[in-house]
Amino acid sequence: MKTQEYTVIGTRPIRHDGVDKVTGRALYGADFQMAGLLFGHILRSPHAHARIRRIDTSKAEQLPGVKAVVTADDFPQVAERMVDLGEGDTPLSYARGNVLAKGKALYQGHAIAAVAATSVHVAEEAAGLIEVDYEVLPCVLTAPEAMRDNAPILHDDLKTKELGEQTERVSNVAEHFRYAMGDLDAGLAQADVIVEREFHTATVHQGYIEPHNATALWNNDGRILVWCSTQGAFVVRDVTACLLDVPASRVRVTPMEIGGGFGGKIPVYLEPVAALLSKKTGKPVKLVMSRKDVFEGSGPTPGSYIKVKIGARKDGRITAAQAYLAYEAGAYPGAMVAPGAMCVFAAYDISNVVIDGFDVVVNKPSTAAYRAPGATNAAFATESVVDEVAEKLGMDPLDFRLKNAAKEGTRRADGPKYRRVGCVEVIEAMKNHPHYSAPLGGPHRGRGVAIGFWFNVGLPSSCTISVSADGTVNLVEGSTDIGGTRTSIAMQAAEVLGISAEAVRPTVVDTDSVGFTAVTGGSRTTFATGWAAYEAAQDILRQMKERAAKIWETDAASVAVERGVFRSGERSMTFQELAGRLDQTGGPVVGRGAVNPRGVGGSFSGCIADVEVDPETGKVTILRFTSAQDAGKAIHPSYVEGQMQGGSVQGIGWALNEEYYMSDGGSMMNSSLLDYRMPTALDLPMIDTAIVEVPNPGHPFGARGVGEANIVPPPGAIANAIYRAAGVRMNRLPMNPPAIMQAIWSQRD
Amino acid sequence: MSLPTVYIPALLRTLTGGRASVEVEGATVRQVIDNLEQAWPGVRERLLDEGKLRPNISVAVDGEVTPMGLIEAVGPASEVHFIAAIKGGVSAPNPYQRL
Repeated sequence: MKTQEYTVIGTRPIRHDGVDKVTGRALYGADFQMAGLLFGHILRSPHAHARIRRIDTSKAEQLPGVKAVVTADDFPQVAERMVDLGEGDTPLSYARGNVLAKGKALYQGHAIAAVAATSVHVAEEAAGLIEVDYEVLPCVLTAPEAMRDNAPILHDDLKTKELGEQTERVSNVAEHFRYAMGDLDAGLAQADVIVEREFHTATVHQGYIEPHNATALWNNDGRILVWCSTQGAFVVRDVTACLLDVPASRVRVTPMEIGGGFGGKIPVYLEPVAALLSKKTGKPVKLVMSRKDVFEGSGPTPGSYIKVKIGARKDGRITAAQAYLAYEAGAYPGAMVAPGAMCVFAAYDISNVVIDGFDVVVNKPSTAAYRAPGATNAAFATESVVDEVAEKLGMDPLDFRLKNAAKEGTRRADGPKYRRVGCVEVIEAMKNHPHYSAPLGGPHRGRGVAIGFWFNVGLPSSCTISVSADGTVNLVEGSTDIGGTRTSIAMQAAEVLGISAEAVRPTVVDTDSVGFTAVTGGSRTTFATGWAAYEAAQDILRQMKERAAKIWETDAASVAVERGVFRSGERSMTFQELAGRLDQTGGPVVGRGAVNPRGVGGSFSGCIADVEVDPETGKVTILRFTSAQDAGKAIHPSYVEGQMQGGSVQGIGWALNEEYYMSDGGSMMNSSLLDYRMPTALDLPMIDTAIVEVPNPGHPFGARGVGEANIVPPPGAIANAIYRAAGVRMNRLPMNPPAIMQAIWSQRD
Repeated sequence: MSLPTVYIPALLRTLTGGRASVEVEGATVRQVIDNLEQAWPGVRERLLDEGKLRPNISVAVDGEVTPMGLIEAVGPASEVHFIAAIKGGVSAPNPYQRL
């Protein structure tokens, strides 16, 4: 289909779940009620690193109203083995250990034990009666510290891997990998300007408004029923089954509405614990995290130490680049350093590159994905250095980026060549935007730009569509709807069927009711589940052509359909008319779509930030902010703009305020939304958007995922703006007032 | 006759005499690895564990990471890359698994 032929794609229908959301009728996990429901509470470690010598639950069990207490010992006792939870093999002890600690507490907030009681208050009181004998150990909180030879070791069995080679040294470095292309030394030798800088980024939380929650019922028939807030119901099913050592077919997970996730609601924390408590009590058990629990007990994004070196010729061509990235995994291996390494120079066409990545465990919560995970840290470093190189060459920062921009055929340092991508078009959109040439209008003001990349993913999705007699259809899918994907998926079915988006009723269902569908993450849902809906709709059309042929007593091959009208010769019938005659022509029509799509199109994003820096206090005010992003084909432009604005705001939070403020002993000192400062509407101007459409040739409608690339450039752009406003190059996130004043004072000295 | 080009990960180039890319026969990723092993012993063990791609490795054919892994078809002019798999917290499967 060509763009101009679309009737539904590219329009802005009202979201199907909008009324329930704005009237408060939508049901979230914490709303879930059930007869006999018990309430749980989790006891968490006060220490960042401690050996657990003994846990005595007897006093808690004796408190009236307490029905059960569980610890890691309540997991089925099976021998240590490697388990594949969908991301490759992981030791079972690590997977369980993050849900309930066994042997050691590895971060403050690590779950130690859980209580089920008749009220949440009794459960909380009982948790306080659990006696834990800790041997407190020295903790290590940053990657550089954890990589030192004499650093406290988190896991006695963890040895560094180097692409399949197992070294014998016990270490906090779980993995080291390297991407190399061309000849770095030769490339640097060609350079007229070389800039090398070091950067630090703080641990940052996704900040979803709805805390984690889960209700579980271990039913009398042996089935485990779960209701929860998750980005992937099938993930919860498979992990819960694995940790409880039961077949996945015995677990049914119903995803409730979700109040934000941004990658942080992919890991499983509460569901297996609620199930263990339910097994002991025979009752359904609900667990809901507090905000403090969310900060201290769920996975933030890694803090990092990054070093970037870039060389360029006088003509503005980058000749070589080198990066060293050490990311904090938190308590267990798995920092998102690989995508950081893949994205660190992804926006540029560079022939000579070396990138080293290190996955390092530290005594902080086990990290999780967060919107383009790993890429924002890396882009902050790259975009700061790129800006400095451009300045030294006397080039406009966008012209310098344009001269070196990745395009179709550019080979990334990790290997693959780009297919059609929109990096050049995004930079041109920034350059042509009125914002870029507008006067700044005052002292202490500066403008910065940056660009970034996220490659997006495909992964499996399923859906079914059934036709109703009134000409509407019901679309059943398994993708949690976080950002309006019910509608963006329904629109793709509607486009194929030739009906309105409102004539499609999308429903997100439990794991028994739809085929396997991977998580809502990786900017994949509109792309992949939308593709499944496209296939299901095509299946509907094939069947309905056969029904029309029956009615017209002709061959199905002679029936054509366009924009919801079936034709054969002079005869025609609308989709609605034919839908009313299905019973007479063979019964219901149900279409199915199941995909594991290729053709994923990466997305480039860029932003322009104007700031004002108060030279007396270091406070940064965002005066104006514009985000540009390649959406391929914007299925629902309002939701694309919403993603761009949301990602930009989160990126501004990374840049200016957000961090896990840790004590030397490893305690988070700001685990409330009062002290962990996320930007609010009052802090920001309207975020302007410029949707760029370079259709993805790998998708039926040209769509690219748009949920992530937009968070990548803001910290770099803001750092560059601060430089122009205050004359200091910032190398540490967040760039809060104390950090800026320190930089200003250091420069004066 | 053209052969698939295999790009050797940086940390494996000690096994291929420093070569960054080599041409080997093979109609699937598995066959390509088998033929790599013939020419440069030790490569297979670094890429596979008990006959499966190691958990921290993904394979891309012609620029696209494949969910098919070892059974992915490889054409005579194909490019094959072995890259670090994207992983999240070990407590949960990750959306970016086998990127």
